[in-house]
Amino acid sequence: MPAIDVRNIVKKFGDFTAVNGVSFTVEEGEIFGLLGPNGAGKSTLIRMLTTLLPPTAGTALVSGFDVKDEPDGVRRSIGVIPQALTSDLELSVEENLIIFAKLYGVPRAKRVKLIDELLAAVELTQWRSAPVKNLSGGMRRRVEIARGLVHEPRIFFLDEPTTGLDPVSRVAVWEMLRKIKSERDLTVLLTTHYMDEADKLCDRIAIVDHGELKALDSPLKLKTSIPGQNSLEVSFSAVPAGWIDELQKLPEVQAVSSQDDIFRISTRNGPATTLALMEEAARSGIGVQSLSVQSTTLDDVFVHYTGRGLRDELQAAAAADSPFMLRRN
Amino acid sequence: MGRTWAIVEREMRRFRRSPVLIAMSMMMPIVQLVVLGYAFGGNVKHLKLAIVDQDHGVPAVRVREMTSAVASGAHTIDTVSYADPGQALTDLRNGHVNGVLTIPPDFSRRVLARNDPRLALIEDNTDNFVSVALAGTLGNMLASYSPSVKLEARVVAEPRLDVVEVYPYVPYVQYLLPGSVVMSIFMMVMIGGGIIFIDDKARGLHEGYLVTPISKLELIAGFNISGTIKAVISGMFLMVIGSFIAGIPNPLDPMRFFRLFVVVVVTAFALISLMFLLMVRVTDPLLPRAMFGVLNTVLYFPSGAVYPQQGFPGWMQVIAVADPFTYAVHAFKSLLLKNTGFGAIGYDLLFLTVFSAIAMTLATRLFKRTL
Repeated sequence: MPAIDVRNIVKKFGDFTAVNGVSFTVEEGEIFGLLGPNGAGKSTLIRMLTTLLPPTAGTALVSGFDVKDEPDGVRRSIGVIPQALTSDLELSVEENLIIFAKLYGVPRAKRVKLIDELLAAVELTQWRSAPVKNLSGGMRRRVEIARGLVHEPRIFFLDEPTTGLDPVSRVAVWEMLRKIKSERDLTVLLTTHYMDEADKLCDRIAIVDHGELKALDSPLKLKTSIPGQNSLEVSFSAVPAGWIDELQKLPEVQAVSSQDDIFRISTRNGPATTLALMEEAARSGIGVQSLSVQSTTLDDVFVHYTGRGLRDELQAAAAADSPFMLRRN
Repeated sequence: MGRTWAIVEREMRRFRRSPVLIAMSMMMPIVQLVVLGYAFGGNVKHLKLAIVDQDHGVPAVRVREMTSAVASGAHTIDTVSYADPGQALTDLRNGHVNGVLTIPPDFSRRVLARNDPRLALIEDNTDNFVSVALAGTLGNMLASYSPSVKLEARVVAEPRLDVVEVYPYVPYVQYLLPGSVVMSIFMMVMIGGGIIFIDDKARGLHEGYLVTPISKLELIAGFNISGTIKAVISGMFLMVIGSFIAGIPNPLDPMRFFRLFVVVVVTAFALISLMFLLMVRVTDPLLPRAMFGVLNTVLYFPSGAVYPQQGFPGWMQVIAVADPFTYAVHAFKSLLLKNTGFGAIGYDLLFLTVFSAIAMTLATRLFKRTL
């Protein structure tokens, strides 16, 4: 039996459909990632699976319990880290864990042992008496990870666990999650809009966009599933008419796109295409200003399945959040 | 029940670590008690009285001597002699004096002839407190001068009423104390209960609770018990400190203290139930702050805490009937000012209990276990 079994789940807010008929399963022991830009429906999906929002249609079984009909069964078997940092700032690290252990009805003797173990696992033992308000963002996130595991759940939900953290803290959280997962035989479902996070941490990834599931597989299989094993990003000193057609005729090329005078070429053989490209540019008298060869990334996968780049989506969302900056520009 | 106590424990730990919140919730009612109590409760003194003596006879001189005696004794009035009645009236209109006492030219003759002697008091009645104090002072003064001398502006009735007061004199600061105790409970309910509840909701803290197996009833009970404990601490603190400030006799008498404690608990629960009913569907953190001032005015002033309800217009009396403050203030007045037993406050306790039950039932129905 899969740890999570989602079938045609739908969530509507009035006329707006936030999640539209999504289905997937998560096997026990997996780290499963929901990857998509802000507003894709990831958080709505995770909130339905953690009983915070009732689905409009469809079914979801978590640890064998129906989220609609057996919500308490679901709640007892899951640990949840919401997107916002929600620990009590006035309470100490240990007090936060004690309160949640009591909310889950963990017996006293077990509670003491578990809290000691968890504080060690998230490397906060020496900070156990410190008020949470005195901790950094990364440390607060670690408190929340420990808090979510204080009743030994079988399934762990994390909604954008590293959003807002600096790169060092992000890597620390990844390592901690991997370690805890291997030690506790956990199934993990996390949402993220960081491609590197999904790539490095997840066994399988579901790409979600506009409330729909666009693709689902392991990071490696997703990357090999799209045309091209390398991509070239190249800019030229001058671009004559029909140049994009010339680029498409180069050997091993599968697709060419351009944006802001930068050409992106998907190819089955990066070195061969690069060589041919340089020769063609020299023959046509066009200078190459910059050129980089990359392996296929999850962003390429995202572009392939959704028609646009995740990076662009995130930048657009960030710009929309900063009207002042837009006005200045 | 263990989960309910986990919520209570969390709230009380946070409360203990918020000394500013505690101080602010308790300070406002104390400041109000002291400032309002002494601002409205003191005797009016040093009112300027212009005396225009148009008679100059021996009885007139005696009247002037008596006004001087009041001026130097009780200090209710300060006298200023005027020769020109026109100037005295001009000064009255300009606010330089509060009243003009005119001794007419035939005053002495009428006194000696016992022919209805009269004095004229012209007063600035734009300030009701001042005009009542002035007329009262001069009326009492003339009553002791001679029963046959009458003050024209405020005539002392011939039939006398002998007043027997059941309780010792109640200064205004004591009159205000019951309302201040209820106010302190309300402040804590709003600041330590309502505002924190909505702020926690806006910060996403409630998501943490909602994903645990805690039931709706356990969650609501946790919030309400913790809110009630905070409000009881605040109410008892104000009740004890306020009793000493206002000079309530024997405030720590064990039986009275116990009865007061019961009323504080019942009032705290009624107000936290009301707050929870109002806040149960609110998500905007600004709303409870905006509601605070309106609720304070609508609940506090019609309750009879600062002025007798019998003086209210009809529509305000309707508010007073449904206002839980009314019953709490009445119960505290009975216990603090009259030292009565439970018999005198039975209806108040019954109303507050029924009010709590209705508000809590509605709030529980409206509470959503999901986001």
